[in-house]
Amino acid sequence: MAEAVSKQLVVQEEDTQHGKFLTFQLGNEVYGIEIRYVTEIIGIQQITYVPEVPKYVKGIINLRGKVIPVIDVRLKFGKPPVDYDDRTCIIVIDINDTQIGLIVDCVSEVLNISDDNIVPPPSYKTGFQNKYIKGIGKVGNAVKLLLDCEKIISENDNTEAVEKLDN
Amino acid sequence: MSDNNGRDQMLDMFIFESNQLIEQLEEIMLDTEKEGELNSENINEIFRIMHTIKGSSAMMTYNNISKLAHSVEDLFYYIRENHPDNIDISEICDLVLAASDFIKQEVSKVDEGKESDGDEKEIEARIKQYLAKISGSEEVKRDAAPAAAAKAEEKKPEPQPEEEAKNSEVPPDDFRYIAKIYFDEGGQMENVRAYTISRNLMEFTHEMYTYPKDLLNTPPEIVLENGFMIFFATNLEEKQLRPIFEEALFLKSYEISRVESYESELQKYNLTSADSTKIKDTDSQKAKTTTTTPAKVPESNSAKNNAGGKDSSVPKNNKMSLISVNVNKLDSLMNLVGEIVISESMVTRNPDLKGLQLDNFNKAARQLRKLTDELQDIVMSIRMIPIAGTFQKMQRIVRDMSRKLNKDVEFVTVGEDTEVDKNIIDHLSDPLMHLIRNAMDHGVESEEERIKKGKAPKARITLTAHNTGGDIMISVSDDGQGINKEKILKKAREQGLLTKPENEYTEKEIFNLLLLPGFSTKDKVTEYSGRGVGMDVVKQNIEEVGGSISIKSVEGEGTTMTIIIPLTLAIADAMELSVGNNIYTLPTVAIKESFRAKEEDIIYDNDGHEMIMVRGNVYPIIRLYDLFKVDTDIKKLEDGILIMIEGDNKTACIFADKLIGEQQVVVKPLPKYLARYSIKELGIEGCTILGDGSISLILSAKNIINRII
Repeated sequence: MAEAVSKQLVVQEEDTQHGKFLTFQLGNEVYGIEIRYVTEIIGIQQITYVPEVPKYVKGIINLRGKVIPVIDVRLKFGKPPVDYDDRTCIIVIDINDTQIGLIVDCVSEVLNISDDNIVPPPSYKTGFQNKYIKGIGKVGNAVKLLLDCEKIISENDNTEAVEKLDN
Repeated sequence: MSDNNGRDQMLDMFIFESNQLIEQLEEIMLDTEKEGELNSENINEIFRIMHTIKGSSAMMTYNNISKLAHSVEDLFYYIRENHPDNIDISEICDLVLAASDFIKQEVSKVDEGKESDGDEKEIEARIKQYLAKISGSEEVKRDAAPAAAAKAEEKKPEPQPEEEAKNSEVPPDDFRYIAKIYFDEGGQMENVRAYTISRNLMEFTHEMYTYPKDLLNTPPEIVLENGFMIFFATNLEEKQLRPIFEEALFLKSYEISRVESYESELQKYNLTSADSTKIKDTDSQKAKTTTTTPAKVPESNSAKNNAGGKDSSVPKNNKMSLISVNVNKLDSLMNLVGEIVISESMVTRNPDLKGLQLDNFNKAARQLRKLTDELQDIVMSIRMIPIAGTFQKMQRIVRDMSRKLNKDVEFVTVGEDTEVDKNIIDHLSDPLMHLIRNAMDHGVESEEERIKKGKAPKARITLTAHNTGGDIMISVSDDGQGINKEKILKKAREQGLLTKPENEYTEKEIFNLLLLPGFSTKDKVTEYSGRGVGMDVVKQNIEEVGGSISIKSVEGEGTTMTIIIPLTLAIADAMELSVGNNIYTLPTVAIKESFRAKEEDIIYDNDGHEMIMVRGNVYPIIRLYDLFKVDTDIKKLEDGILIMIEGDNKTACIFADKLIGEQQVVVKPLPKYLARYSIKELGIEGCTILGDGSISLILSAKNIINRII
């Protein structure tokens, strides 16, 4: 009985999280990530630089005794870097037990975007950032670029391998 | 069996128990061999171990293991009962060790989640043959197997006087039943299971016959195939009887039918009233004493033992004051203590306290420091286990190899009670094994050769362990032929491993060639060594736990390989140093000295590499800001500090802005995400959290040096 109830709760929880996106800004663009990946949002803090990693990996931070890497989403998407200020945030996400912090310009809000308001992205073959976009959500007149978190974490190897090959 | 959780736990228990028993068994056998005789205590112990393994493996349905254990049990049963005087100790040791190897192998297969599919027949046949040999007749050989088990079964319970048989009148108000029972396949030892059922049933019956008559001496396959029948008389109702049957394990089906009389059935199966003796004996005795007799208890216990084998597995030595704890729990305890160490320094070195006069606070802080240190020591000591177990394994290897290679070797171990962190011990076994094999195979000469050289005919290999404070030193030394430097150089040249002119190689460097991948001087490949994979793997294994290996050898006199490993991995003494805004941590073990130098002292080679001369030796300079590409204002040698570090038997000087201080740090691994970048190779082996909550990267002297030279 208790089990059934807790199972129901889990299902409910998933349901309440479904279709919810945390949106953040990079320059003028608004991106969204599925809320279920997000563990917390923290302000920018002291980052320990780690050598010999791609530019967008800014280093590691101490999150209450846990050491987690942080990446600058701007640099990851090939945008020009900006200085961090007090609006800069680190969104800590947890994907398949890998914790990672995403540095973004600022966090906006949590939005409900139903499935039928999400369209797949157009397939530009050359678009660099495109491969991290899972879909485009429509909210009123605005569009939000919905990120594929798993790709942000895993795709790295591929892009780098490709880059190396190109060189 | 369908209960997954239950089985996992059972499986864990089985693996743990079996390994422990096998270890015990090996120890006994090696002792026995040394002493040259089998004393009765050891015989009993071996018997007990095999019995337990047989029972538990049968329960876990590992057919092959239980069969083999059964045959060893038979052998020792015979030895125990008949005290044959024609036992060849070394032969019997070989047999038992072969059996224990087999079981060990199968158990490790199970442990890895594979099927236990080894074929026990060969060893089993050897054991049976040997049993036949010592018992002197083929007859015994055939009977011994089942009979021994049966006898063991019968002897343990109190012997029942035969004459009681007459008291077999069945009370007239009894019901008579015929039950037919089938077992599931894969349950193992169906005969014993059947016997167990009959035993259980016996408690409630006044008369009982089984078919086949002598269940214990009936091959299990027959019971499995044909099932078995019980004819019994009892005053219980059928529904009261059902639970007795149903509690049996691996029961496929059973039917109970109530009959007026089963005399005719009995005749059909050639059973006479005399055939019910054994069971009825107990039964009648039971009838006399009416209530549950004390005699009953050991009986049913031993019967259960045979099927389950769990009860007898408790070692009889007084280990009551010990508990076994999951290593994971210890790991998290260790982590917690690490956090406490960090928080302690966060409090006591809090920047808010700067410049304040805090006598009482400092006193309390010192006390806290003392206690956390103590706590840390205790937690570390919990994780420490004596190295004796690992040494034991080596003993076994020496024994086996000295047989095979026909080299008489005395194996001496010193410092077996040295304690080492559990994690490290797990990494030690393989490298040590390799070193011992090398010593046996390459190091030690054959007896004739030794005599020719005027050495004692019996070679000696010494395995030593001792604690040198922060490190454990383990050395393997032999008094064999030593290492021929010319031969190594020649081989290295042939394999293209030389990086500079031959005459520039120092002795240390020549020996270190042995540790390179792909190096082997042995001309022919033997079972044990010479394939050229080895020393480099040894080196790798040892470096994995932060240790190092060095070789010393005098040609003609012997070789000593010394492994130095840290006592523990998680907490290290370290020096903090800064480069620009970054603080790096360098383990103190790697630091030889630190000193200031002037820009003019730099020597350049023709490639522009910077070097510095210290007491007549020239060392390369590694500028950390250059290596890690970080910004700093301090780029002149006189403004910063040079730290001489050693790793991998090489020395270099690193240049940093300044030294901050020494501190105990808790080593944390770098996040998984960063593993894809070659940070480790660059010379960063982990990170630690400093007193102010910031993270400092821990440098690996070895990797930094290897990058440059």
